[in-house]
Amino acid sequence: MTLTANKIALSEKYTELFHAHRSMLDAGSSSLLNRMRDIAIKRFEKTGIPGFKNENYKYTNLERVFDKDYRHILEYEQVDVDLNEAFRCDVPQLDTHVVLLVNGWYYAKNQPLQNLPKGVVVGSLKQVANEQPELVQEYLNRQAALSDDPIVALNTAFAQDGFFMHVPDHVVFEKPVQVINIMRSQDAIFATQRNLIVVGKNSQAKVIFCDHTMSSRDFLTNNVTEVFVGQDAVVDIYTVQNQNNQANSVNSSFFKQEANSNLLSSVATLHGGLIRNNLKVEMAGEHAEANLYGMSFTDKKQHVDNFTNIEHAQPNCLSNQVYKYVLDEDSVGAFAGRIHVVRDAQKTNAFQRNNNVLLTDSAKMNTKPQLIIDADDVKCSHGATIGQIDEEALFYLRARGIGEADARMMLMNAFAHEVVQNIRVEPLRDRIDELVEKRLRGELAYCHSCDRH
Amino acid sequence: MEEQDKILQEVTSQEYKFGFVSDFESDSIPKGLNEDVIRTISAKKNEPEFMLQFRLDAYRKWLKMPIPDWAYLKIPPIDFQDIIYYSAPKKKPQYESLDEVDPDLIETFNKLGIPLEEQKVLAGVAVDAVIDSVSVKTTFKETLAEKGVIFCSFSEAVKEHPDLVKKYLGMSVPTSDNFFAALNSAVFSDGSFCYIPKGVRCPMELSTYFRINAAGTGQFERTLIVAEDDSYVSYLEGCTAPMRDENQLHAAVVEIIAMDRAEVKYSTVQNWYPGNKEGKGGVYNFVTKRGICRGESSKISWTQVETGSAITWKYPSVIMMGDNSVGEFNSVAVTNNHQQADTGTKMIHIGKNTKSTIVSKGISAGLSDNSYRGLVKVLPGAVNSRNFSQCDSLLLGSTCGAHTFPYIEVGNKSSIVEHEATTSKIGEDQIFYCNQRGISTEDAIGMIVNGYAKEVLNKLPMEFAVEAQKLLAISLEGSVG
Repeated sequence: MTLTANKIALSEKYTELFHAHRSMLDAGSSSLLNRMRDIAIKRFEKTGIPGFKNENYKYTNLERVFDKDYRHILEYEQVDVDLNEAFRCDVPQLDTHVVLLVNGWYYAKNQPLQNLPKGVVVGSLKQVANEQPELVQEYLNRQAALSDDPIVALNTAFAQDGFFMHVPDHVVFEKPVQVINIMRSQDAIFATQRNLIVVGKNSQAKVIFCDHTMSSRDFLTNNVTEVFVGQDAVVDIYTVQNQNNQANSVNSSFFKQEANSNLLSSVATLHGGLIRNNLKVEMAGEHAEANLYGMSFTDKKQHVDNFTNIEHAQPNCLSNQVYKYVLDEDSVGAFAGRIHVVRDAQKTNAFQRNNNVLLTDSAKMNTKPQLIIDADDVKCSHGATIGQIDEEALFYLRARGIGEADARMMLMNAFAHEVVQNIRVEPLRDRIDELVEKRLRGELAYCHSCDRH
Repeated sequence: MEEQDKILQEVTSQEYKFGFVSDFESDSIPKGLNEDVIRTISAKKNEPEFMLQFRLDAYRKWLKMPIPDWAYLKIPPIDFQDIIYYSAPKKKPQYESLDEVDPDLIETFNKLGIPLEEQKVLAGVAVDAVIDSVSVKTTFKETLAEKGVIFCSFSEAVKEHPDLVKKYLGMSVPTSDNFFAALNSAVFSDGSFCYIPKGVRCPMELSTYFRINAAGTGQFERTLIVAEDDSYVSYLEGCTAPMRDENQLHAAVVEIIAMDRAEVKYSTVQNWYPGNKEGKGGVYNFVTKRGICRGESSKISWTQVETGSAITWKYPSVIMMGDNSVGEFNSVAVTNNHQQADTGTKMIHIGKNTKSTIVSKGISAGLSDNSYRGLVKVLPGAVNSRNFSQCDSLLLGSTCGAHTFPYIEVGNKSSIVEHEATTSKIGEDQIFYCNQRGISTEDAIGMIVNGYAKEVLNKLPMEFAVEAQKLLAISLEGSVG
């Protein structure tokens, strides 16, 4: 009984916070953002912070992280970040446009990006919504509003700023945009970040999100990213999550794909506290293709949960998911993947695989792959395995004079490489390979370049 | 709402039209459920005090439970106060000869190859005592008694072996387990009890087959199977012939307890009335089946062929407590027309070196929905455990659905768990190949489906397997356009 009472009190804490600071949230924000708040907070109130009794959060209890006392970042705060430090996150041999976001807000000292193709807009969601509302209006909250996740609703209620990108029709935007999300504060903070990416017809774009922390405090971020992939467009979204182990985050990404579009999403989770990644893909046009990859390397008390939901709403689409976990020490992993083929979405090909390696007896893995198929002419499969490194492969290597530790490392690298190799930007692929290797060797104490300890 | 009212009105007016008189037989009790009803049931069955307490305990827990809504099923609201929880065996309509029986039913019997005399029993034709299943059962009983095997109805067991019942009842399905198990525990009318003593290999396949016309087991059946050290038993439940049962709600419980090195094999063929083509009527089948491998190196295997019922909610499970114990689950679930099935298993690994295998084959046709839902849980202490799961779905037609909801939870590094699932339809090339060789499309589908389900059907005892194969073809009849 006390559990329920707690849950209600916890949810009330957030609704009260909302009502008390309503004017602060509205101030300076576009009416496009402000008009969504009332409905969103009501939607949040209905469910509250999901506990483990919520089927979608069965293996990740968010009450634990939402229960802490945070200072809420409800307006832009000047935080000094040395741009050079942030630039050290740079990927060698990869020329990117760098955009910095601090505690969920677009950093005021960001240099305007040079040499953008004609019509491309990259910047702060808050600013663009105020100055060019026509770019935002048609897209903002069009996907997130359909979600029944209370945490997404909470984001919509509190959303003020975040990353925005608009690529018009028929533009090939070659140079990737690197969005560096930095959390830095002397006290525990809660941040809300709202991103919107729109890629028009027959266009191409690549975005790399890097999540980092620059101080070791308790953090909680609630991110929502909506991505619109136009007809015949090609979009790559890469995410590297490498924060301190007290930094918790809930990241919800929504992708809507039009006909013949191609999407690649790859998430690498290296360090962090409790991380939950929600990923929803809607195939809204025929012949769309989505490739979704995830890898997670955890130790200590880390908790990583990837929750995907692929909706095949149109025939002739292809989706392919591969998620791999390596769990060490007391870490807990969870994966839930759902493929939903709606009635008459014939000739759908949907594949999903989840492979996990447990390195200790105290690590835990929970996996929940699901298929919901309402059309008959489809090819769908899912596979899940939980086990260890293949002893025979290990023996093979050792028989050839490779020490056990090295052999294990090689096999683990190979295990991860299956996911890494799908990254379509070569320098980034090498960089992530290197990060993964360091992570597996235990050399990567937080992100080696952003580490401030 | 309006439509419901209309139907309700129609039904009530019908009753009056035909001059319906509620003539309760002397030993039935009014509709509804409360503690007095449970006391009455227990008293009527002359049960000892511990049984009454068991029932009351279950009832009190049941009151606090909500109806489970997590399954991928549309369950119409069930009024639990509108059910008669105890009544004298309902008399089925008795026919004078087979000529009066629904010809469709006879045709089905013929296709299944059921002998004529047995057909009469199943269809409810009055039969003479010589082939009455009761007498057949009695002869078996003598053979079993020689070996020390106890196989009797549950009421008999409560009277004659109360100590055994008391010791094992509720051991694998506790009263508080789930909504329908609690309801069953409170009001169960009868069922079977089976006890295999130490070191005995049961000489024949025990079966409930022969009891079908000895009505009275009814809606809330309870089965308890106990296999002592080093014993073996194979148990068959159900019947391949269609059962035209009037009861809408069935909530049965099956408990299996296997001690050291014991092996229990439980096979079911379920073919309750699935409702008509428009989805009206049909049985709601909410069953809790669970076995515990209490002893080391024990083995429990479930094999099921599910073709009937409008709604199936059934998860035969194995809890592997003993070291080196083994759990198996093999299932073929067929749904057609408006049927809905949410079925699967739970494999809980507690002991060391435990192994489990899951093979589930779902076949959906018509407007039906067929779901596999399973849990494989490996506790931290269950080192070196192994699980392999395979669940395949076959879709026939574009209006049906096949769904898979596996849950896998592993808590140690030395266990290996593998799960794979596929969903597909019968390839046009396969059908073409058969057509080319002069096999009609309907027969080709029957062949392919049988081949697809073979892996599971092979696990069934001989006499069941032959009928089950034919049953598959019948269940899917007309599903090919």
